[in-house]
Amino acid sequence: MQTDPMLAFLIRRTGQSAIVVLLMATIVFFGVNVVGDPVHMLVSPDADQAEIERVIRQFGLDRPVIEQYGLFLKGAIQGDLGTSFIFGQPAVQLILQRFPATLELAVSALVIALVFGIPLGVYAGIRPDTRSARAIMAASIFGFSLPTFWVGIMLIMFFSVQLQWLPSTGRGDVGSFLGIESSLFTLDGLRHIILPASNLALLKMSMIIRLTRAGAREVMQQDYIKFARAKGLSFGRIVRVHLLKNIMIPVVTVLGLEFGSLIAFSVVTESIYAWPGMGKLLIDSVLQLDRPVIVAYLMIVVFLFVLINLIVDVIYSALDPRVSLTGAKS
Amino acid sequence: MSASLPSSQKPRFKDTSLGVFVSQFLESPVAVVALAILVVIISLAALAPWITPQNPYDLAQVDIMDARMEPGEEAFAGYTFWLGSDGAGRDLYSAMLYGLRISLAVGVFSGLIAMVIGTVIGLTAAYAGGRIETLIMRLVDLQLSFPAILIALMLVAALGKGVDKIIIALVAVQWAYYARTVRGSALAERRKEYVEAARNLGLSPARILFGQIMPNCLSPLIVVVTIQTAHAIALEATLSFLGIGLPQTEPSLGILISNGFEYILSGKYWISFFPGLALLVTVFCINLVGDQLRDVLNPRLAK
Amino acid sequence: MKRILAATSIAMGLLSSAAWADDLTIGLSSEPTAIDPHYHNLTPNHSLTRHIFDPLIGQDEVQGLYPALAVSWKPIDDTTWEVKLREGVKFHDGTDFNADDVVFSFERAPNVPNSPSSMSTYTSGKTIVKVDDYTIHVKTEGPYPLVPNEISQIAIISDSIKDTSTTADFNSGKAAIGTGPFKFKAFVPGDKIEMAANADYWGGAPGWDNLTFKPIPSDPARVAALLSGDVDIINDVPTSDVETLKTKAADQVSLWQGSSNRVIYLHLDQFRENSPFVKGVDGSDIKNPLLDVRVRKALSMAINRPGIVDRVMEGVALPAGQLLPKGFFGVSEKLQPLDYDAKGAKALLAEAGYPDGFELTIHGPNDRYLNDAKIAEAVGQMLTRIGLKMHVETMPRSVFFTRASSGAEGLPEFSLILAGWGAGSGEASSPLKSLVHTYDKAGGFGSSNRGRHSDPEVDALIEKALATVDDDKRRALLVEATEKSIENVAIIPLHFQVNTWATRKGLAYEPRTDEYTIAMGVSKN
Repeated sequence: MQTDPMLAFLIRRTGQSAIVVLLMATIVFFGVNVVGDPVHMLVSPDADQAEIERVIRQFGLDRPVIEQYGLFLKGAIQGDLGTSFIFGQPAVQLILQRFPATLELAVSALVIALVFGIPLGVYAGIRPDTRSARAIMAASIFGFSLPTFWVGIMLIMFFSVQLQWLPSTGRGDVGSFLGIESSLFTLDGLRHIILPASNLALLKMSMIIRLTRAGAREVMQQDYIKFARAKGLSFGRIVRVHLLKNIMIPVVTVLGLEFGSLIAFSVVTESIYAWPGMGKLLIDSVLQLDRPVIVAYLMIVVFLFVLINLIVDVIYSALDPRVSLTGAKS
Repeated sequence: MSASLPSSQKPRFKDTSLGVFVSQFLESPVAVVALAILVVIISLAALAPWITPQNPYDLAQVDIMDARMEPGEEAFAGYTFWLGSDGAGRDLYSAMLYGLRISLAVGVFSGLIAMVIGTVIGLTAAYAGGRIETLIMRLVDLQLSFPAILIALMLVAALGKGVDKIIIALVAVQWAYYARTVRGSALAERRKEYVEAARNLGLSPARILFGQIMPNCLSPLIVVVTIQTAHAIALEATLSFLGIGLPQTEPSLGILISNGFEYILSGKYWISFFPGLALLVTVFCINLVGDQLRDVLNPRLAK
Repeated sequence: MKRILAATSIAMGLLSSAAWADDLTIGLSSEPTAIDPHYHNLTPNHSLTRHIFDPLIGQDEVQGLYPALAVSWKPIDDTTWEVKLREGVKFHDGTDFNADDVVFSFERAPNVPNSPSSMSTYTSGKTIVKVDDYTIHVKTEGPYPLVPNEISQIAIISDSIKDTSTTADFNSGKAAIGTGPFKFKAFVPGDKIEMAANADYWGGAPGWDNLTFKPIPSDPARVAALLSGDVDIINDVPTSDVETLKTKAADQVSLWQGSSNRVIYLHLDQFRENSPFVKGVDGSDIKNPLLDVRVRKALSMAINRPGIVDRVMEGVALPAGQLLPKGFFGVSEKLQPLDYDAKGAKALLAEAGYPDGFELTIHGPNDRYLNDAKIAEAVGQMLTRIGLKMHVETMPRSVFFTRASSGAEGLPEFSLILAGWGAGSGEASSPLKSLVHTYDKAGGFGSSNRGRHSDPEVDALIEKALATVDDDKRRALLVEATEKSIENVAIIPLHFQVNTWATRKGLAYEPRTDEYTIAMGVSKN
């Protein structure tokens, strides 16, 4: 009895997700097949007309778009999302190769955002009327307003060129720890990731400050906090035990979703810092019209998001029994 | 101003509520200053053709021999480049104001279109209820679960460059926020007595929706419009910076910054610094105003 | 300060034991798409694979030919070139190099699956015949003088990898076995490519122990990486930074500049009576004025080339009066860049019947050539000054080149375009054949002739040159063809790009006309 609604929920969600992925893929597939012409991006200017025609045939670009779409769907069902025009490798492989770099950038940014965001937000929430709390809130709006790309440049200018403290581009040496390969495990890798991760963290930090502050303000007005204070518990203890515990649930839930957004936003940061992640691959592919990679990137990211959302929903229902998975979300 | 509103027709917009709103807004000096700056920025952009020495889009007025002049240097045509000139010989002050026009126009237009679409969809969902509502809200939830930049990136990749295309992309990104907001407030309104009364009077659903319910959803909408406009402007700048936004010949602020980016190491800071500053100040002020509006109009929305 | 440096060095030393060895890190503006030297006919790929693989004939820094895996080559009759191969050369896997490898390489080169731009451009029309282990014959259909230039583009791979030679195997290193000065170590797409010295190189051990290539496409980021010491040398230094690097950062970096083989030019619609982007002053349709050589000449005179070089290219370019800069084979000694003469241009326009000008749009890419969008804008400004009503439209190359070559109804869509041409062969027949010769699909001529200029006399000269093996006779023909086509304003040359590399202080780079960035050209000074 217990598993039934859960199973039904999972099946329904999977079905819906499949439709979403298919829909998105269709829109983007037809979209990218209308814009520009990849052939002239690929062939050497020296190539004669015969060579140009060979390339057109090779990539099936001489067929009607509908037929190309049919072939794409046929391949997709078998797990083949096409081959990159430029690299000649399966698009999925190309993207997954770069996923670890993006993942470690996003994780680092999230950690930075949390480490700075939560204490500042809690402070602004429990002392909302102080000058510093107002300053924190104004700063968080400022953080919202700063263009990520602009800050990225400024960080490079200051820390790499002027002070020469940190490297400006690329990913550092990769180390291995417990079987996981990551540049976070080497000193060189850490030095390389500081700037891009901070750049990426900025926006999320502002968001976490605001989220934590709102949560803290709400909790502080609850009866049990008043009761605890009346009981004479030290303020620090109240914050640590009651406040943090109670605001963590919403924060963690939202973070799950925001993590996906970090991965998407890394497109900008990766472009500036030449970080070899999948976001940079996407921008390169858009600029060079590597159609299969664009479509495959989208499908993978949509899939990733659907997965994250699903996990968050399941965790949420586990944390809070009042939430029913079967009912529509309000 | 407020006295001119006939109080009998629109009881919800009484003098007092507007008065309260204004006085509450004025409580925050920061927001007032931000609003003042914003008004100045918008006027400058609107008046650009009359207060700039050069039309940066008219090739006859731009001279390549004036390229990369430092702030304060004089142009061949006789005027002074107070903020310097860019790599094509455009007066930066002129280019900035014209660019500001494009950025603001793109932001505001896309915001308004998205608002109209989102409002209609949100109201429809709230009024129709049942399966239609579930379907629409599923779609909204789904879209909101994807980050705006990802959707915009994909659409721009699929649509190509151009002002019209970027507006489409920005509308597609934003409509769901409006739909969600409007539906939320409309649901609350739907249960109120005046709607019941209107229904009993035999008013058509459309009239009830747009005549009665919508005006009452306005305050949360205003907040969302403000925040979303700031978002849209920043997003356009980001896409343009990545080279997949607006075309380069009539540059928006984002393009000016990205053009100036290539000069940043050579000490010609002004080409990207001033447009960057203009972008930052504009977005920051809109956000500050929006924040205060949210506190005043809808304290429950505050995150 | 010294202590900090020492501490950093120790920290670095823990990570890479070779911290004090002669290692070179190269920041590249474009990432090579594969290690497979036959996969993609693309400059960054050729530049990279030259480290691992040798061609039969090498091209030096000014694209002069020198013996590499071949020791000599000469035509023995009208349609046969005899090439003698170097003996005693070993591949990285220890196997010997001989004629079988050459035959195998030339068979594979044009037939790599999924190749986005194949090497068939260089192999077509040639048959390789093994005579003995160290002699081959290259047979052509007719007399063809460019055999040495074209076979110099084909990297020689080992025939020992026959069964496994997919592009992926090259990328993983399994099949990346050449005879070159460096051995493949690792390829991390988007991040880096690593190589180690081949101590047994037939030309002597290279001057560097380890190479790391890092693709950094963003211009400011690449310069920043050099300034912060992340890389030792970068290519494609943006023109906007050249001046600063020369003056303010002179104690940190050195610049190395040389003319390229790339001309930036304008093509004009010379085949339509009604050109789509030409209108009368009043906006009505008029007969295409660009068909009149006087109008074309006037347009060319109206362009202030030194102005573009100085203000747009920041001095990093040379004004152009023909298709290739001085020093290349087949270049005319007579032709000079046309002097800027707005008055004369106006007079010429009036003489041609356009005293009030006409309306014209210039189209160009905005992400292909150095400062391309800005050059288009500058040209637009300059033509405005002689009374034309100009519009400038730039677009990403992904859109531009299709529309410019085969937009509406398969014909070039624009009236006036900005484009560029790099002479891969390093001599004048390359631009003449592709840009000036009448569009001829069957013959493979005029493939990039987007203005469709057509002059039978010039066509005959070009075709004759391409069938003349004798160098002096061929040179005369190419010069004549160049002079004739410039006289008729087949195209309007603007400037030659100048390539700039920057190294950290203490290194030197020998500038190359072919835009390659190769470690063999980097020396310590």
